[in-house]
Amino acid sequence: MTTESEENQGDEMEATTSKGSLSEIAAARTQKQPGSNALGVGLEARGVHAWFGEKHALANVSLDFWPGTVTALIGPSGCGKSTFIRTLNRMHEFIPTAAMAGEVLLNGEDIYAAGVDVTKIRLKVGMVFQKPNPFPSMTIAENVLAGLKLAQLKIENKDDLLEECLERAGLWAEVKDRLNTHGGALSGGQQQRLCIARALAVRPQVLLMDEPCSALDPGSTLRIEETISQLSSSVTIVIVTHNMQQAARVSDYTAFFLSDGGPGQMIEVGSTNDIFSRPKDERTENYVTGRFG
Amino acid sequence: MTSTLTQTPPAIPEKREITTKPRLTDRIFRGVVTTGGLSSLVILGLILIFLLFNGYNTLKVQGIHFLTSSSWQAVTNDAGTFDPKASHFGIAAMLIGTLLVAVIAVVVGVPISVGAAIYLTFYAPEFIKKIMVSAIDLMAAFPSVLFGLWGFFVLESSGEYWAKLLNKYLSWIPFFKLPAPYVTRSPFIAGLVLAVMIIPIVTSISREIFSQTPLDRMQAAYALGGTRFAMLRAVAFPYARSGIVGGVMLGLGRAMGETVAVYTVLNIVYQVNWHILFSAGGNVASMILLKFGEASPNEIKALMAAGLVLFVLTLIVNSLANIIVSRTGKSGR
Amino acid sequence: MSTIEKVTAPKPRKPWAATPLDRSKTAGIVIAAALVSFVLVAITPMKGKLAYAAIFFLAYLIIDFVVSFQKAGRPAAVDSLFRGLVTTAIAIAVTPVVSILVTVWVRGHKGLHWTLFTKDMHSNSFTDPVSQGGLLHAIIGTFLLVIVAMVISVPIGILTALYLTEIRGRFTRPIEFLVQAMSGVPSIVAGLFIYAAILIPFTKTVNGIQGSLALAILMIPTVARTSQEVLKLIPSDLREAGVALGGTQFRSVALVVVPAARSGLITAMILGVARVAGETAPILLLTGGSGTKNYNVFSGSLGSLPNYVWQAFSAGTPESITRAWAGILVLLIIVVILFTTARVLGNRKVGKK
Repeated sequence: MTTESEENQGDEMEATTSKGSLSEIAAARTQKQPGSNALGVGLEARGVHAWFGEKHALANVSLDFWPGTVTALIGPSGCGKSTFIRTLNRMHEFIPTAAMAGEVLLNGEDIYAAGVDVTKIRLKVGMVFQKPNPFPSMTIAENVLAGLKLAQLKIENKDDLLEECLERAGLWAEVKDRLNTHGGALSGGQQQRLCIARALAVRPQVLLMDEPCSALDPGSTLRIEETISQLSSSVTIVIVTHNMQQAARVSDYTAFFLSDGGPGQMIEVGSTNDIFSRPKDERTENYVTGRFG
Repeated sequence: MTSTLTQTPPAIPEKREITTKPRLTDRIFRGVVTTGGLSSLVILGLILIFLLFNGYNTLKVQGIHFLTSSSWQAVTNDAGTFDPKASHFGIAAMLIGTLLVAVIAVVVGVPISVGAAIYLTFYAPEFIKKIMVSAIDLMAAFPSVLFGLWGFFVLESSGEYWAKLLNKYLSWIPFFKLPAPYVTRSPFIAGLVLAVMIIPIVTSISREIFSQTPLDRMQAAYALGGTRFAMLRAVAFPYARSGIVGGVMLGLGRAMGETVAVYTVLNIVYQVNWHILFSAGGNVASMILLKFGEASPNEIKALMAAGLVLFVLTLIVNSLANIIVSRTGKSGR
Repeated sequence: MSTIEKVTAPKPRKPWAATPLDRSKTAGIVIAAALVSFVLVAITPMKGKLAYAAIFFLAYLIIDFVVSFQKAGRPAAVDSLFRGLVTTAIAIAVTPVVSILVTVWVRGHKGLHWTLFTKDMHSNSFTDPVSQGGLLHAIIGTFLLVIVAMVISVPIGILTALYLTEIRGRFTRPIEFLVQAMSGVPSIVAGLFIYAAILIPFTKTVNGIQGSLALAILMIPTVARTSQEVLKLIPSDLREAGVALGGTQFRSVALVVVPAARSGLITAMILGVARVAGETAPILLLTGGSGTKNYNVFSGSLGSLPNYVWQAFSAGTPESITRAWAGILVLLIIVVILFTTARVLGNRKVGKK
């Protein structure tokens, strides 16, 4: 994707060591720095609003996702972060009453423009959901390659792709001997990694993860987090999470969302270090220090 | 170790049964409701007993020929009384006819019904859906005599047109051959009428099953860049397959038991006819109605035996269907 | 803590909805398909309404496929094709409903006149001009048959439903299964059963009550299954509240559950009636088809609408056929009214008065 500069890495490490545990976690991680988005690659949300019927669920979110980074969206329940992530690959529109405003630019082009083929957008911006949802009627191998079948993509060497995707999702070693068994026998964490492998098989540019660990036990969660870290060099990741430790562990950037009963808004965005160690907004500080939410 | 083994194990107390003795009103209430609840068992049992009681003699005298032969003759001897030995009762032609028209109904009706159910579940805008669902449900309440009259006066002419077309281009398939150029009131037409009659039930069962397609799997398919059709193929069809097979069998059961509509549109001829476009056929139910009017008491007993066969046949088909349908929801597939 | 900044929201839009351009494209494809069907019907030997419809659908599917293929490739084209196919399926599925309703009206309204509702057929035959005689006896007969069938089947059906939802004893699964199986009993078999169980050993002749019994057998599964669906929707805390207050289960069911489900149970009843009102086969075996008014279901031949239609149709003259259609129109109006009432009642929320 793009090279990331790591010039002022040392500064941040020093500045944050004295703070609380979250910032320590964030600081312990090698933070990536933004590349230049002047290339016109990557994903940008510009003034995104979302509605469900009359209810204004999300107001005026503008956020850039740098290529090759992990961005975490945090905030209390009902703050619109899940709604926001679903506007990024046009999954928002499956709710019949849904409406939106604003633009989402993928490589500089609005994915909501007239005449855009939505299936092609979703091939470039993949998604992993809260609950692992492998297709039960398919084997493990078929699940990984399901995206190719769904989008009717032709591929030269399926076996290589299969191995590569399972490897990237950190599942290859565990399932390589039973690729032709059904996915239902896997554990929850393995199923979720299978879903990640499935999403990777269509070679997305961006991977959206909507609370991918909320249905998993701590061990599996850790395993997924490792997977996310390994993936972040090759694919832009946006992750919604309720778990601030997780955000601190896996993300380069963090955006804090909040709703005061009205539409959810993005309060603050910054490097994960900054958000957890020296948030600019009082409300962010209250949230990350656990005073509410 | 040995000492612990020789020790008498601590006595496990008897499990106490938790009982709340219901009050008298409740016992009466439960008794009445249970009696009412058992009525379906009683009624089905009585149907079996009475049909068996009346049809037993015929079945005993005719034996397996009742199912394998195709003649229906009530013979009276010289003294003017019924002669069970000389009489021949066999319903093979009507059994084959029953299956033939029911299968035609399923072959024609099921693709339409399943397609309609898919449209209503996954494509239709809300207001169109409401109207269409009401229209199709209303059709389920139409009396069968109405379907019969409509089939006779309206569908017949279109049916003839299609029958001639099928015969013209597909007569190399044995089913579509015509032994003589008569295409009116054929099993084909009866099958079409029955197809229309089973559309409501197959559509509503398919619709119910499709509407339970797990949302998370549908989303997964869409998120992988699938079109709606790709999603249906990857998620909805595998999920709904067995349930729809059950719905189809319910439709088959309905079609096999239909009397008046078949009687109206089919030229009932007592011979085995595999040529579905040819103007001859019948089914067990319509045969019973046809023979009933001028049947002697003894012939009526033979008709009871035919009714018994029909009853058992539909019961088997329906039971299989219900087992398949009720399994679908639970297996998670 | 400062409140979140108020933003002036832009207008909500639905970028995924069809734009006017998309709509005009669809309209264009429809028009093109219609043109193709007109041209092909004009220049080829294929003729008639069916040819128009068939060619139109085929042309629509092909043009739509090609247009989508050009625009977005094979997956989108296959998607469009499938959409076209299922749309065709729903069109074919609804066509008979429309055709039947139109047919019945067109052929039946000629036979409608006021004496239908004031006279019976005791001094007329089916082949008489349509203006003579009437349906009164048949309407009365159908009314009586259905009322008696209802009196028999509704308590049994509701008790069955109560057993399945309230008692949940060890027979629940088998009874659920048997009720389903019972709904598949062919109507002629129900007729034969009553014939064997009552007419042969006892009455030896036709009367109304036998018909009602056969109809009741056909009605019980409908009533039971619909009632069960309704009772399932009653929240269980309502039941528990009744029992927790120290009431017996009977009081809880009679005073809380059943009243809460009342409109749903009425819906179940009406649907059951709609199911059997036009039932013909058992009527033909069991009730006779007198043309004279008969108010007594326990004795004497009882005419009814299905029987009237059947006899008129069988008589086979133009007059009698018109009578048959008029009869079926009246029957259909009754069924539609019942069905609509059930729909309106059923759409009300369960638990509300």
